[in-house]
Amino acid sequence: MSVDTDTVKRVAKLARIAIDEEAANRMTGELNAILGFVEQLNEVDVTGVEPLTSVIPVAMRLRVDEVTDGNKAADIVANAPAQADSFFMVPKVVE
Amino acid sequence: MTELTKLTIAQIRAGLSAKDFTAVELTDAYLGAIDAANGKLNAYVAVTADKAREMAKASDQRIAAGEARALEGVPVGVKDLFATEGVHTQACSHILDGFKPRYESTVTANLWNDGAVMLGKLNMDEFAMGSSNETSYYGPVINPWRAKDSERDLVPGGSSGGSAAAVAAWLCAGATATDTGGSIRQPAAFTATVGIKPTYGRCSRWGTVAFASSLDQAGPITRDVRDAAIMLKSMASVDLKDTTSVDVPVPDYEAALGQSIKGLKIGIPKEYRVDGMPAEIEALWQKGIDWMRDAGAEIVDISLPHTKYALATYYIVAPAEASSNLARYDGVRYGLRVPGKDITEMYENTRAEGFGREVQRRIMIGTYVLSAGYYDAYYLRAQKVRSLIKRDFDLAFEAGVDAILTPATPSAAFGIADENLANDPVKMYLNDIFTVTVNMAGLPGMTVPAGLDSNGLPLGLQLIGRPFDEETLFRAAHVIEQSAGRFEPSRWW
Repeated sequence: MSVDTDTVKRVAKLARIAIDEEAANRMTGELNAILGFVEQLNEVDVTGVEPLTSVIPVAMRLRVDEVTDGNKAADIVANAPAQADSFFMVPKVVE
Repeated sequence: MTELTKLTIAQIRAGLSAKDFTAVELTDAYLGAIDAANGKLNAYVAVTADKAREMAKASDQRIAAGEARALEGVPVGVKDLFATEGVHTQACSHILDGFKPRYESTVTANLWNDGAVMLGKLNMDEFAMGSSNETSYYGPVINPWRAKDSERDLVPGGSSGGSAAAVAAWLCAGATATDTGGSIRQPAAFTATVGIKPTYGRCSRWGTVAFASSLDQAGPITRDVRDAAIMLKSMASVDLKDTTSVDVPVPDYEAALGQSIKGLKIGIPKEYRVDGMPAEIEALWQKGIDWMRDAGAEIVDISLPHTKYALATYYIVAPAEASSNLARYDGVRYGLRVPGKDITEMYENTRAEGFGREVQRRIMIGTYVLSAGYYDAYYLRAQKVRSLIKRDFDLAFEAGVDAILTPATPSAAFGIADENLANDPVKMYLNDIFTVTVNMAGLPGMTVPAGLDSNGLPLGLQLIGRPFDEETLFRAAHVIEQSAGRFEPSRWW
């Protein structure tokens, strides 16, 4: 399988990365090189093989559903590019 | 007195306890060395001199009171991927500009609880994506090693290039690093240092910037095998804050050193004899086999038939996980924000400017292989092949193999801005051909310096072990180290 420039632009949109025409062309070539490389996986017979979900066979650890942390609003927004009153500030979303 | 910065961690431990020098003197020696060298090597992206002196002073008080801990007064460098409270933590990416976390990663907290001294943050490939340390927003790290009669700058490998270069150039006694596809072991091999990626789940991932969560593991890079054992014991822990942290006690790895390897079964996988492998690497591998046999190990030929698919599998699984992990960098909660006409354009502009080319490329691949219509063909198939790769190892271990010996890398360190590699992303990826299978299967892997090539550049051997059997790796690695000797660059910086 290979991708064309329109597909690359659609994927960039999904990934929320702004790309111009030149970058779209460059990435089309690069992505096709990588997709060409991974094509070899098609020759592997995977019939009846379960996908690997965890390398170490352990059961997911569970804990009691209780509050163990909190009251850290100032810490959480401390690194935000824009904040006010413990809120993250973003451009207007709703008209 | 010998130069303080040339002492190993074990020698520092002995010297401090014998009061040969103080922790403050040692830390000052390192800060001086960093000051003199970093302009040329670019290993550190932030130096925390005041904090280091403060920590060293506290260590001296501890030592005076007879309360020294396992790493008391040992100056270490920290890869920029680990969150360090109030200190530069940017994964060497533009998108994390100015980020200073309000929390500490579990791995670094373990080191400080054991008395280690933080010298600063180490350069790395952006978000740990790279094999040459050239994708860092802070520029490439220069390898302290140079070829014989050459002044050409070489890469230290990646992604933990700053960690490996700093350890090799005596700019820290040991360093933290991380390994997703070979990022501890390949740079260690390129700089004649020792690197171990422990079993997945051995070191907590909490507070470490995530790249590919099912593959990422932290480990140390040090000057010798003993130091790696000392440092890993501190870094490893069981952590409730990481659900994949495994509840198995951390053994005393140092106790494994010097134990005989008589009767150990060492597997030699035929699939690692790849086309175009330099004769020198083949010869070094044979030397390693001879050392093991001479020490009483039994050498057995094994087959890991899906090895050749590991890189292709990796370049689906790792970017897929990365595209998901890196979705959080949106210009809202931390780091860089580039404005746009609405919120979507702000996200897009921020990510276009904040991520470098390699990171963008991997996010794009990951987004594509996870997108509707392609998930089964790429991602699901890759996860199935991953099961087969892991089964190859399971079968070898079930057949009685205790550890596997392979070359560490397909070549020695290459030049900065190598045109051959720069124009072909796939070629750069081939650097990890011997290391990536280990991450796919979650196994422990360790590289040890084993010799120099005809240009005088270091080459390493890799040992792969059963899950949570790092002790056997330390045992066998110690034998290689004793047989091969140790290697140091000659100082030009």
